[in-house]
Amino acid sequence: MTAATAAPATPGDNTAPGENTAPGESTAHDDHGPSTGISNTKLAMWLFLGSECLLFGGLISTYLLYKTRRGPDNRAIPTDVFDIPFTSISSFVLLMSSLTMVLALSALTRGDNHGARVWLLATSMLGGVFIGGQVYEFTSFLREGVGFTNNPASSAFYALTGFHGVHVSLGIVMLMSLFVASWQGKLRPEHSETVEIVGLYWHFVDVVWIFIFTVIYLVPA
Amino acid sequence: MSTTTTGHEGTRDTAQESSAESDAGHADADHSEHEHPSDWAYVKIALILAVITAVEVFTYFETVLDWGSFLIPSLLIMMVVKFWLVATWFMHLKFDNPIFYKMFVGGLSLAVGVYVAALAAFEFWA
Repeated sequence: MTAATAAPATPGDNTAPGENTAPGESTAHDDHGPSTGISNTKLAMWLFLGSECLLFGGLISTYLLYKTRRGPDNRAIPTDVFDIPFTSISSFVLLMSSLTMVLALSALTRGDNHGARVWLLATSMLGGVFIGGQVYEFTSFLREGVGFTNNPASSAFYALTGFHGVHVSLGIVMLMSLFVASWQGKLRPEHSETVEIVGLYWHFVDVVWIFIFTVIYLVPA
Repeated sequence: MSTTTTGHEGTRDTAQESSAESDAGHADADHSEHEHPSDWAYVKIALILAVITAVEVFTYFETVLDWGSFLIPSLLIMMVVKFWLVATWFMHLKFDNPIFYKMFVGGLSLAVGVYVAALAAFEFWA
């Protein structure tokens, strides 16, 4: 919706609303929000998240089907070298980053820009800790002989957790962008939907990890 | 768990009412039409999630308690509860327009369908 379509564009412009439209074309929608009554950007994000379910569904399915396949030379698979206590801490960190994310949105909504900035920074830092943990985990797995191309189980594991790590990294980039915008005074309460949409993405990578942590790490092979 | 939201915004039914209002020509971006829970409510949800995660990790140490045949069902139930809490409270599915809920559940259902199809393909046609 633009004000120009609902009212004369300039003080001297007496064109009535809808006068320059093609016959039969209504301009009524210009006076209101989206005809669905819901935010288009939020709708787009939810559609995107719905499609992401399919991406991760495919990756998780692949891992579950291959998780015990050691290959012809019977090399180590990820389940042989899992460090559950360490991964539990990483999982807890990511889970708590969802709390800081909703607190950032809550602070911005009530006009507390400083609080929003602090929680956004905390969320991205917790995400950074999770990614650091994943890098450490991958490094220790490689050191113990579980390479990406060793066997189908390893390939499926690295593809799944690697894709998730890329998603978390992208989320950190988005969070830091919001943090910088807030620092520059460009993030105000009227932009709370932007933070909410980034938050939806962030919570989604969290729920995917909730699934991965249980099904991949905790359920015995 | 009691919700701290007040008025008509706190239930999905009212979101449907809101949708109906939109159809009647009062369309507006929905993000301003519902209130989010208080910070304390979010903290309580996070505490519940932390406790469930602790129990999940506890199952790993079989020397402390052998869960036996209850292990996998227990883990899956705890996973679903955590998933549901984050999706409904932190992602606001509990308070938002129900179309978002349907989209997410639709995606999840398709994902489960992918797994079942892949499993069947490997089981019966591999």
